[in-house]
Formats: sequence, structure tokens, C-alpha cells
Amino acid sequence: MSGSPLLSVADLRVSFTTPDGVVRAVDGVSFDVRAGETIGIVGESGSGKSVTANAIMRLNFGERVETSGSILFDGIDLAALDDEAMRRHRGSDIAMVFQDPLSALNPFARVGAQIGEAYRIHHPKAPKSEIREVVLDSLQRVGIPEPTKRVRSYPHEFSGGMRQRIVIAMALVNDPRLLIADEPTTALDVTVQAQILELVQRIQAESGTAVLLITHDLGVIAEVTERVLVMYAGRVVEDTSVNDVFSRPSHPYTLGLLGSVRSLDSAGRGSLRAIPGAPPSLVNLPQGCAFRPRCAFDLGEGSACATTVPVLSEVGAGRSACHLGVEVRRHLIEQVGT
Amino acid sequence: MLYFVVRRTIFAVVLLIAVSFFTYVLFAALPTDPAALTCGKNCTPEVIERNRVRLGYDKPILEQYGQFVKGIFAGRTYGPEPVAVHCDAPSLGYSFKRHECVTDLITRSLPVTISLSIGAFVLWMVLGIGLGVVAALKRNRWPDRAATAFSVVGISLPTFFVGLLAVLIFTIWWPIMDFPRYTGFLDNPWKWASALILPWVTLAIVSASTYVRLTRNGVIETMNEEFVRLGLAKGLSRRVLIVKYVLRAALVPIVTIAGLDFAALLGGAVITESVFNLPGLGKLAIAAVVDSDLPVLVATTLVSAAFIVVANAVVDFCYGFLDPRVRDA
Repeated sequence: MSGSPLLSVADLRVSFTTPDGVVRAVDGVSFDVRAGETIGIVGESGSGKSVTANAIMRLNFGERVETSGSILFDGIDLAALDDEAMRRHRGSDIAMVFQDPLSALNPFARVGAQIGEAYRIHHPKAPKSEIREVVLDSLQRVGIPEPTKRVRSYPHEFSGGMRQRIVIAMALVNDPRLLIADEPTTALDVTVQAQILELVQRIQAESGTAVLLITHDLGVIAEVTERVLVMYAGRVVEDTSVNDVFSRPSHPYTLGLLGSVRSLDSAGRGSLRAIPGAPPSLVNLPQGCAFRPRCAFDLGEGSACATTVPVLSEVGAGRSACHLGVEVRRHLIEQVGT
Repeated sequence: MLYFVVRRTIFAVVLLIAVSFFTYVLFAALPTDPAALTCGKNCTPEVIERNRVRLGYDKPILEQYGQFVKGIFAGRTYGPEPVAVHCDAPSLGYSFKRHECVTDLITRSLPVTISLSIGAFVLWMVLGIGLGVVAALKRNRWPDRAATAFSVVGISLPTFFVGLLAVLIFTIWWPIMDFPRYTGFLDNPWKWASALILPWVTLAIVSASTYVRLTRNGVIETMNEEFVRLGLAKGLSRRVLIVKYVLRAALVPIVTIAGLDFAALLGGAVITESVFNLPGLGKLAIAAVVDSDLPVLVATTLVSAAFIVVANAVVDFCYGFLDPRVRDA
């Protein structure tokens, strides 16, 4: 399935009007997801990754939200659809898994009914027996023991990990072509995180669903995804393969992120390096490169870094948004990196 | 679930016994001598003494309470045979002011209060929840502001003011009806309703205000819940989402308050009944206070308390039914 991508986001902008001013949560984000591909979006809190995910589903609501840009899904611009047409895509072609499984399930309904509902919405004529079968099958797929018994349970009767499995089961009932997982493991215990990631990978392998995985955890990215978008202050700063992100990062921010990961094999090699400073206010972004105030390689006042927003340019197999020449960057990164 | 119901029922019964006992003790502790109130101007020490024995006030308080409870289940006879007065079970005492069994007084005024309460309750729930939902959905636009204005006015105005204003407007300035005179529902349903419409509206306006706020805030809060967002992400339509997810969740806490408010109303809408001259429980209680008619006072207090206790239990059952998380707790 080469050719045109399954999802193609172009120049996506989302801003929220708040009492403090206009927050540009997403500021000109473009990327593609090909069918069956697993792609990760990584960044700090407030980098715009969740807003991007919600924008694809058109779930950023409120009268003070403004969204522009195009979101082509299988050739259809989701951003231009009317509400009813959009509703038919939600949960059928594109499904979503949220961060906190404790609050994502309706506390008043049995899990079987909730999963069945997700199927019935998009198969209104399905007979009860078929719905039941689909529900049981989906619970089986995500590894809930004794599905026939558990369909009648309420969400509060499950553990966090089990609830996330149920949310995933719900997302899968309609065999979506794109699964958006917004921090699916953040609220879970470490051991459970691994199980859920394994589940996502297995499902991806079985069904060929494309997965857009949003996380702030590079460990998760390394484990599951093929390609990574690194976001900073509402913009994509690096877009490259997972191998390159870890072996040859080409953006100073990515380098900073890598420095703040503790991995088992780096144990004993000194402490974690936090990126100095804090992410900029999205109401009042600095002129030029948004990362400049925290960047170790800043070219200084008057340079391009201080005046112009860097755009994504080809670096090897990927793209990266930095004013420094590729060679210079690589050199500097190698020096600092190890 | 069964365990929950049984446990809650036992608790309610125990509570009722405690309330009745304390009411009775409180009554006995009053400085007024109940026997001295029985004969008015004709009182001589002999008459007072005779009445005291006749009504059982000469006995120790615990025994009096025992007699009282026994009367509820078995009926009670006051005084020696030729002049004896008998009150059938459930007897809540004998009013020496009105020379009537208290139970009869209460059964006569209860239908009035129940009529008033049910009508007002239905009206205020519909009004309060309806306006609250509209306000939440049209947040910060004119329907929201209108509903907010309504609820601020409703909360600020006292019942007697709204009631009197309603009477003034609809019977005097713009006389589309006579001053309401209560008629039993079974005697004439039309007159029954037309007499109650003003009190219903009065109570509804005053009480609905709180519910507008509660519903509005509940709905807005629930709309921000993650599970509502997931409902949208599943592809639910907005309408289904609001009814099935949002209202369902937002109404659970409102049921609790509604149950207690309703029970309080059943115990006697004192002010409303006085303004509209409705011969209900509240009016009976007020009259009992004014006349120092102690047995009636004890009985009305007990009946109100019983309503609250029962409503509390019912609300708990409903809560368990509405929220699966409570059922298992």
C-alpha cells in the first residue's frame, strides 16, 4: 500500500482564546501517516501533541477554539466535513484511546453495553446476537479473561490496565484504519504499561491498523513506533525514523529529550540531564526559533535563530527544523551527545 | 443489592424510633404543664388533676412514651369508661384543644399537603432541570443569562412574597381566578387544581431556582468528563450523548437533594399553606404552636420526621440503583 498516505495533515493550526491571550497550541503542523504505519508524536507537556490528536478527531471544542489547515483522511478533508459526516468517521475509520482509562469509561454502564454501543452506532441494523458476538470477540482480543462473565461488569470493577484494554477493545470493534492513542500508558503502572504496549503492537500486527501514538515517553516510542515526530511549542521540529532519533538526532531539542531519558544500559553513566529552562508560553512565543532560549547551540542575537522561525528541511531520511547547518549540527551533537 | 436494602431499612426504622423518642422527651421537658392547658378558663386544681390522670400525664415519662407507642399500634382510650374517649390505631394522641384524635386531624390535612407537594415538586423539577439543561447547553448566551436571572430572582425572593404577589396579581389586579379555596381532588378535580395552581407555581419558582443552578453546573461539569469525550470519539451524536451520558451522570446528585426537598415539603409547607390558607400539615403545626396544642405538635413533628427518614432511605435506594459504584460499596 504505497502511494497516497492514509492521513495527511497539512499546516494544521489550533488556537485557543484565553483571558491571557491567544494560545497557539498547534502552529503549522504537517505530517503523513501511511496505512499500517506506526508513528509516534513525542514532546513535553504543552507541546501540542494531544491537541493535534484531538484536532484530527475534531474533539477540540468550545467557542474559543480556532482550527485551520487540512486533515486529509483517505482523500477526504475531515476539517471541511459537516458534523454529521464527521460523526460517521469517528469511532469507525478512526478510533481513539485516551490517557486515563479510569475516567474514560462511562461509570454508569456495563462495559459490554459500552463496547456494543460503539459497534451499534456504526452498524445500526446489527442484530443483538451479532453485537454480542462482536463484543465478546473484542474482549477476547484484548485479553480480558472470562469475557462472557465480564461483559456484565461495570468499569469500576476492573483494574486500570484492564480498563485500558476495554477502551482499546471499544476502539477496535469497528476495525478502524487509524488508531489514535493519546498517552495510552501514562496513567498506568510500569508493568502494566508494557502489557498495554505489547497489546497495541499485537493488534497493529494482526489488523494492519495505522497507529498514531502520542506520548512524552521516548521509551514507549522506541518500543512501538517506526517513525517519530518531535514537537516543540506547537511545531514539529523533527520528523524521522525511530532509529535515527536515537542514533543520530538532528535537532538540539531531540538531543535534549534523549538526555533526559534513563535507560537500563546507561545506568551508572551519570545523572539525567534535564533541558535547562522551561517551554515558552504559547501566548507569547519568542521571535525566531521557539527553542532558542533553551538551546545550547544558539547562534546569538541578530542571527537567524533570533529572527526567523526555522522550517523543516531534509536531513538524511528525515526532516528537521533548525538553522544550523546539518554538518555543524551533527558535529556539535556528537560532541555533546556522548 | 438486597443486603443494601435490608440494611438501609433497618437503619431507617431505628432512626424513626429515636426521633419519636426525642420528640416525646422534648415535649415532656417543656415548662408548660400540658394538663393545665386542657381546661382554659374553667381550670381548678381538681380539674387539672383529673385531666392529668385521664390523659396519662401523671405517669413517668418513659411510661408515657410506652403508652404513646402502644397507641400507635393498638389505639388508645383516654379516661375512665363513661367519659372515655377512644382513638383508633394508629393513635398519635388526643388534642384537648380541639377535642379530637390527632390522627384524624392529620389524615384530614395530609391530602392537602400531599396535593400541594406533588404538584409543586413536578413543576419545579421540570422547570429547574429544563432551564438548567438549556442554560448549560447555551452557556454564556442569552438563554443561559435568562435562566441565571430567573434563578437569582427566585432564590432571593421569599416564599411569602412570591405567594402574596401571585395572589395580588391573579385575584385582584387581573382577576382571572378567585382566591384559592381548597377542594378535595375526589370531590372536584378541576376546583382542586385551580385552587392549587397558584401555590404550586409559587413553590415551584422559589425551589426551581436552586435546581437551575445545580443542573446547569452538573451538566457543564459532566460535559468536561473524559467519558463524555470518549462517547463523542465513538461517534455518538450530540443529542444521544447529552441524554444518555451527560444527563444520566448529572442527575444522580440532583436526585438526592430532590428527595430530601420533597420530603421537607411533605412535612408541611408552612409558609405557602398559611399564605394560601390551605388546611395542610404546615398550617396544622402552626395552629398547634399558637394554641400550645402539644399532642398535635408532637404528632406533626413526628410525621415530618418520618417523611424525611423515609425519603432518605428512598433516595439511598435510588442512588444505589442509579450509580453502580454505590451499590457495591
